[in-house]
Amino acid sequence: MILSVQGITVRYGKRLVLDALSLPDLGPGLTVLAGPNAAGKSTLLRAIANLAAHSGRVMLDGVDLGRQPPAKRAATLGFMPQALPSGSSLIVLESVIAALRASGEAPRADEAALAVLERLGIEALAFRRLDQLSGGQRQMVGLAQALVRGPQVLLLDEPTSALDLAYQTRLLTELRRQADEGRIVIAVLHDLSLAAQWADRIAVIADGRLHSTGTPAEVLTREMLASVYRVDARVETCGRGRTVILVDAEYRGG
Amino acid sequence: MVGDAREMTALARYRSLGRRRAALVAALAVAAVAALLLDILTGPASLPLADTVAALLGQEVPRGTQVIVWQVRLPVAVMALLVGAALALAGAEMQTVLENPLAEPFTLGVSSAAALGAALAIVLGVTVPFLPPAWGVSANAFLLALAALALLQMLGRLRGGGPEMLILFGIALNFTAAALLSLLQFVASADALQQLVFWTMGSLAASRWEGVALIAMILAACIPFAIRAAWRLTALRMGEEQARSFGVDTRALRRWALVRVSLLAAGAVSMVGVIGFVGLAGPHIARMLVGEDHRFFLPASLLTGAVVLSLASTASKLVVPGVLLPIGLVTSLIGLPIFFALILGGRTR
Repeated sequence: MILSVQGITVRYGKRLVLDALSLPDLGPGLTVLAGPNAAGKSTLLRAIANLAAHSGRVMLDGVDLGRQPPAKRAATLGFMPQALPSGSSLIVLESVIAALRASGEAPRADEAALAVLERLGIEALAFRRLDQLSGGQRQMVGLAQALVRGPQVLLLDEPTSALDLAYQTRLLTELRRQADEGRIVIAVLHDLSLAAQWADRIAVIADGRLHSTGTPAEVLTREMLASVYRVDARVETCGRGRTVILVDAEYRGG
Repeated sequence: MVGDAREMTALARYRSLGRRRAALVAALAVAAVAALLLDILTGPASLPLADTVAALLGQEVPRGTQVIVWQVRLPVAVMALLVGAALALAGAEMQTVLENPLAEPFTLGVSSAAALGAALAIVLGVTVPFLPPAWGVSANAFLLALAALALLQMLGRLRGGGPEMLILFGIALNFTAAALLSLLQFVASADALQQLVFWTMGSLAASRWEGVALIAMILAACIPFAIRAAWRLTALRMGEEQARSFGVDTRALRRWALVRVSLLAAGAVSMVGVIGFVGLAGPHIARMLVGEDHRFFLPASLLTGAVVLSLASTASKLVVPGVLLPIGLVTSLIGLPIFFALILGGRTR
C-alpha cells in the first residue's frame, strides 16, 4: 500500500500556505509531520483528508482519493481533529456510532463502536455527554471516531495536544499498533522527543515546503533544529537508545 | 471474557436507552392525540360531550352539531396540530444544519417575508393570477416565504454556504422584509391595516380542510427525507469538518434540509400567519427529553411542536371566555414562561 502526496498547493485568500508540496511515497508505518507553528502541517493533513480546498493529488495505490465520493473516501481515510466541538449533548457511544453510520448502513455498528472504546480504554465514558467531558477525553473520543471505520490511512492533527501522560501513551501505543498492522499513519506532533521515540519517519515542513524527511536519526540534527526552529539544541541519546532533544537557548547564529 | 461481558452490559444499556427514547416518542404521540381531542371538545358553543364524540364517530347527531364539529372545530384543531409539527420539525433541522440553537424559521426572516406577501395582497391587492380570491393572501405569503429562503440559499452559496453567513444574511433579510412591511402599513387604509395586524398575530380561525390538506402533504413529503438524513444530521452535531471526514456531503445535506425547512415554514406561515416560539421551543424540549440522536430527536421535536400548538389552540378559547385570542399571542404569553421554567429547571438539575 502506497500513499502518494504530490504537488499540494493551498491558499487562504492571497496567502500561500502550501507551495506545491510533495512527500516521498509513504508505505505502512507511522510518519510524523513536524515543523514550526504556521508551517502548514495541519493544512497538509487536511488537504490529504480532502477537508481543505487544494490543488495537487493524493493517491492511494494509484487511486485518486480526491475524486472518490465522500462515503467511499471515508472508508479509506480516518481523520482525527485537534479538538471536537464542545457544544454537543450527544453521548460518546452514539457519537462513535454516528461516525460509522453517517456514510451509510453499517452492520453491527453498535458492537464495533463499543469495541473501539474498549480498545482505547475509554469504555467508562460511553454514556457520558460530549459537552461534559474534558478536552483530553474529547480528544480520545475523536480518536475512536477516526478508528471505528477501520481505515487504511489514519490522519491525526496534534493528537496528543490535550492528553495527560497516561492517555498520551495509550494513544501512541494504539498508533504504533495500527502502523505495525500495515496501515499508513500520519500524525502532526510538536514534541520531537516523542516523535523520535514512536515514529518510523519524520517529515519536517517549513514555510509551506518540505524541508527534510527520513528516519528520526537522519532528520533530528542540531543543524535542522537551528535552521527550522531557530533554537540551539543538543540531540542526545540516553538509556535504551532513546533520543532526547535538549534545548539550550534561542539560536543566535546566522 | 470479562471484556465480552462488559461489552454486553454496555450494549444492553445502549439498547435500553434506545427503547426508553422510543417510548418517550410514543408517549408524545399519545399526548398529541389527547391534545387534539381536548381541542375539539372545547369551544364557545357548549356542545354535550356525548354529541361531539358521536359526531366524530360519524353517528347520527343534530345537523348543527355535525357542522360545528366537522366544519369548524376539526379543521382548526387538526391545523393547529399540523402547523405545530411543521414549525418544530423545521426548527429542529434548522438548528442542526446552522449549528445554532437559536435558529428557527422566523429568525431567518421567513415570517417577515410571509407577512410582506400577505400585506401585498391585503393592502395593494397584488396576488397570484388565476387563484380563487380566498387563497390570495395565503398564496402570497407562501411564495414570498419560499422566495426568502431561496434567496438566502443563493446568497449563502456565494460565500461558501457556511452557517454564520446564512444566519447573517437571514437576519439582514428579516430586517429588510420588516421595513418593507412597515412601509405598506404606513400607506394602508384603516380596514386593511386591521386585517394585516390580525394576520401577523397568527390565527387558526380561518382554517379550512384545503389548507389542512396542503400542510399534511408538505409534512408527508418532508418527513421521510428528514428521517433518512437522521444519521448524517447527528454527525453534523460534531461539526462540519468531522461530519465531512465521516463521509457526509455536508453541502448537499444542508441544502436539502433548508429546502425542507422552506416548504414546512412557508406552508405553516401562509396558512395561519405568524406563530413564533414553537419552532424554537419544540426542538429544545425534545432535546431535553430524548437527546440529539436525530432518529429520536426529529420525531420528538415534531410531536412536541404538535402538542404545544394544540394546547395553545385550546387555551386560546379558554383564557378569555367567549373570545378567541390570536394563537400567536397565546404561544408567546403562556408558552414562554413555561419554556423558561423548563430551561431553568433543567439547568439546576
